Amino acid sequence: MTTAEWLDIGWVDQIPVRGSRTVQVEGGDDIAVFRTAEGKVFALLDRCPHKHGRLSQGIVHGGAVACPLHNWRISLATGEALGEDKGCTPTVPVKIDGGRVLICRASTLKAAA
Amino acid sequence: MEHRPLKAETDMREHLVVIGNGMAGCRAVEELLARDPTRYRVTIFGAEPRVNYNRIMLSPVLAGEKCFEDIVINDAGWYADNGIALIAGDPVVAIDRETKTVTTRGGVSESYDKLLIATGSDPFIIPVPGKDLPGVIAFRDMDDVDTMLAAADAGGDAVVIGGGLLGLEAAHGLTLRGMKVTVIHLMPTLMERQLDEAAGWLLKNALEARGQTILTGADTAEIIGEGKVEGVKLKDGTLIPASLVVMAVGIRPSVALARDAGLAVGRGIQVDDHMVTSDPAVLAVGECVEHDGQVYGLVAPLWDMCRSLADGLVEKPTGYRGSVTSTKLKVSGIDVFSAGDFSGGDGCEDIVLRDASRGVYKRVIVKDDRIVGAVLYGDTADGGWYFDLLKKQEDVSELRDLLIFGHAFAAGGGAADPKTAVAALSDDAEICGCNGVTKGQVVSCIAKGAHSLDAVRGTCKASASCGSCTGLVENLLALTLGDDVQSGPKTMCKCTSFGHDDVRREIVAQGMRSIPEVMQKLHWTTPDGCSSCRPALNYYLLCALPGEYVDDQQSRFVNERLHANIQKDGTYSVVPRMWGGLTNPTELRAIADVVEKYNAPMVKVTGGQRLDIFGIKKEDLPAVWADLNAAGMVSGHAYGKALRTVKTCVGSEWCRFGTQDSTGLGVKLERMSWGSWMPHKFKIAVSGCPRNCAEATIKDFGVVCVDSGYELHVGGNGGIHVRATDLLCKVANEQEAMDYCAAFIQLYREEARYLERTAPWIERVGVDYVKARIIDDEAGREALRARFLYSQSFSQDDPWAQRAEGAEAEHHAPMARFIPQGEFA
Repeated sequence: MTTAEWLDIGWVDQIPVRGSRTVQVEGGDDIAVFRTAEGKVFALLDRCPHKHGRLSQGIVHGGAVACPLHNWRISLATGEALGEDKGCTPTVPVKIDGGRVLICRASTLKAAA
Repeated sequence: MEHRPLKAETDMREHLVVIGNGMAGCRAVEELLARDPTRYRVTIFGAEPRVNYNRIMLSPVLAGEKCFEDIVINDAGWYADNGIALIAGDPVVAIDRETKTVTTRGGVSESYDKLLIATGSDPFIIPVPGKDLPGVIAFRDMDDVDTMLAAADAGGDAVVIGGGLLGLEAAHGLTLRGMKVTVIHLMPTLMERQLDEAAGWLLKNALEARGQTILTGADTAEIIGEGKVEGVKLKDGTLIPASLVVMAVGIRPSVALARDAGLAVGRGIQVDDHMVTSDPAVLAVGECVEHDGQVYGLVAPLWDMCRSLADGLVEKPTGYRGSVTSTKLKVSGIDVFSAGDFSGGDGCEDIVLRDASRGVYKRVIVKDDRIVGAVLYGDTADGGWYFDLLKKQEDVSELRDLLIFGHAFAAGGGAADPKTAVAALSDDAEICGCNGVTKGQVVSCIAKGAHSLDAVRGTCKASASCGSCTGLVENLLALTLGDDVQSGPKTMCKCTSFGHDDVRREIVAQGMRSIPEVMQKLHWTTPDGCSSCRPALNYYLLCALPGEYVDDQQSRFVNERLHANIQKDGTYSVVPRMWGGLTNPTELRAIADVVEKYNAPMVKVTGGQRLDIFGIKKEDLPAVWADLNAAGMVSGHAYGKALRTVKTCVGSEWCRFGTQDSTGLGVKLERMSWGSWMPHKFKIAVSGCPRNCAEATIKDFGVVCVDSGYELHVGGNGGIHVRATDLLCKVANEQEAMDYCAAFIQLYREEARYLERTAPWIERVGVDYVKARIIDDEAGREALRARFLYSQSFSQDDPWAQRAEGAEAEHHAPMARFIPQGEFA
């Protein structure tokens, strides 16, 4: 149930556990939606702060994803690079309602723009 | 009014009407009576024809450990003693807030001054065909238990849909009652809301050992049967016979009554901190309420809610502040505990203890020096202590190092410094339980020259098996030697104290079959590994269990997951296989068509004699592959830790210097070896004469043809550190060249470390070792070759064809598309 504030992007089960899917935003960058081993769902701009690698294609472990280009580890909760690396990817608030994944419309627009 | 001689008319006290005779409703009344036993006149309505019982103890009743009388909380005497009117078996069907009355299905009306709604929750029934068949039930009340017991008396098969707390308790009870039980769980991990992957895996093993069949990742399509349930059909077509189906997929707050009465309802009946609804005369408590956006499906929050509710009712309001919850699985002999938030995340540290031989897994999650979550399996004795620290938000920085060992060790007799604790042990104290090695033996072994962990493992075997005593051995090394300790081989990654070789040896020796199993048995310190160890473990298991191990796609680097090479702009490059570097008009035409059809901006001839198509979008990959498949081409594995290319020269067929058919042999080698996964990429070349146009002496396996036969070369590399091959041997014919190649590849597959090319591997083990295994040991060579060919019988399925036909389509398609309506700022 897409509303003025939230975009309904599909069922939680559509995202592989320890994996991710993308949401295409016409005219903007993709949003990557992740699901961790514990079933938590996070959404981030699909772009590593380092060299703009597609985070959606990385290996998800714990609460982080390893960028496929140069193995930077990005926190799924905050978008911050972990360890020695410095940088931040915009995050998008997510909520789950009755098994559906909803992402914040305003943040999506802001991140993808 | 005198003409209606009812008790209500003579009793001038305020009338509290409670809808719900369950745990929440009665507990609220108990709390009220404890504060002021005379203030309210109380009437309780219950839908079930019974007195108040402990619903969470239904599982032990089903399991035969208790009977109904054992789980009654308040018997008939309690109602009588406290002057409470109980109307059981006649549910309230309407609330009229205007006239302040409630009405039951049987037509009984009662007026109230204060109304308390404690309707609890309803089981969620998944809307599949056949859900209404006789024999399909939920697991919510005593009637459901009676139905299950009757079914169990008749024997046969039962299916439990839902592998959460309730579902597993139902399955356990039915198993004990003699039914053959299958649990169907949609998620990959049992109890995924309470347990992490590691604990879920242990639980699944334990339940399977008790005879249950556990199907995870299984989606119910329909329940079949004529007039009564006969079985459950899954979406993948599997049919499971069943005379009883228990749906335990979740609960929903029971809000229909409140909603019909016009009260504010979100996910539950919305209440404030004093459990008052949008109508000041109506309160609500328990699983039916939503407080501060939260709904609870567990019993503990209810006690807190009832306290706040009663405080409010006697006008000494305190206010409910939400609850942190913990759960315990009530399956006898299997101890599982979980509390708080265990999803990890920023600033969270995991402290993990795994004791494989005792089947123990403990994980405590600490953030800002405070415990935020805990998952315990096998040994839950300290669950209460952790939960207490968590609720009190106590600073645990002082306890940090010893926290995971539990209350007794951290708070009491244990010395604060683990090294001091080891020093205090007597010489007879057992250090390594697996190999029965005492502290005295370890110390004497160190004194005799074992100055590293590896050396200790190699001599007295302490910590060489399950590894759980590694820390103790390290402390003994430090105590005995001070700074003279030699660091052992590099560990696989920060998740483990084991090196690659140890992990591989143990995978084979212990017959491990999955990544969670390896992590548990080898005491991984992280819950689900990292991007270094997961791909390595996936490969080691794949190599050890050909045809059996199911590849974990989420442990694959993106290129191997998408069967194409990711480029810096996020597009992919596609390299179709051209056997031995040969091609033909059909293939070239198909490649040209793909380039035009998908607007590929560049085509490049690679160093390995292939054509590389650049700039393909992830979404277009399956269609590109379908077009290439149609022209007879398969994946070139240019993206994999696998056989890449076999480069050839034209050889004796065309070249005036050629001595043998190098092209033909190259094609045969490629047909034999393609599709196999390896520790790293693997390149082959065949040159037709010593002029070596195919550059065979910088390949992993190179053949240089000479007049008298075939020289076989190994361990070359043209990368950052150029390394020319070592000559392995010379063979007389093509078949021998093929056999030696297969044996060499398998030796590399089985013994090199993940991400180790043949060049550094041979530098490490020495070419003489490889010669001893491949040349001197004829039987060993034959066995290696046979193992390679057996493994290949499972790996030569073109991954492109599978994807082109729609397999794993989720890797390629976006989940959703969002078209902003001119909303970009």
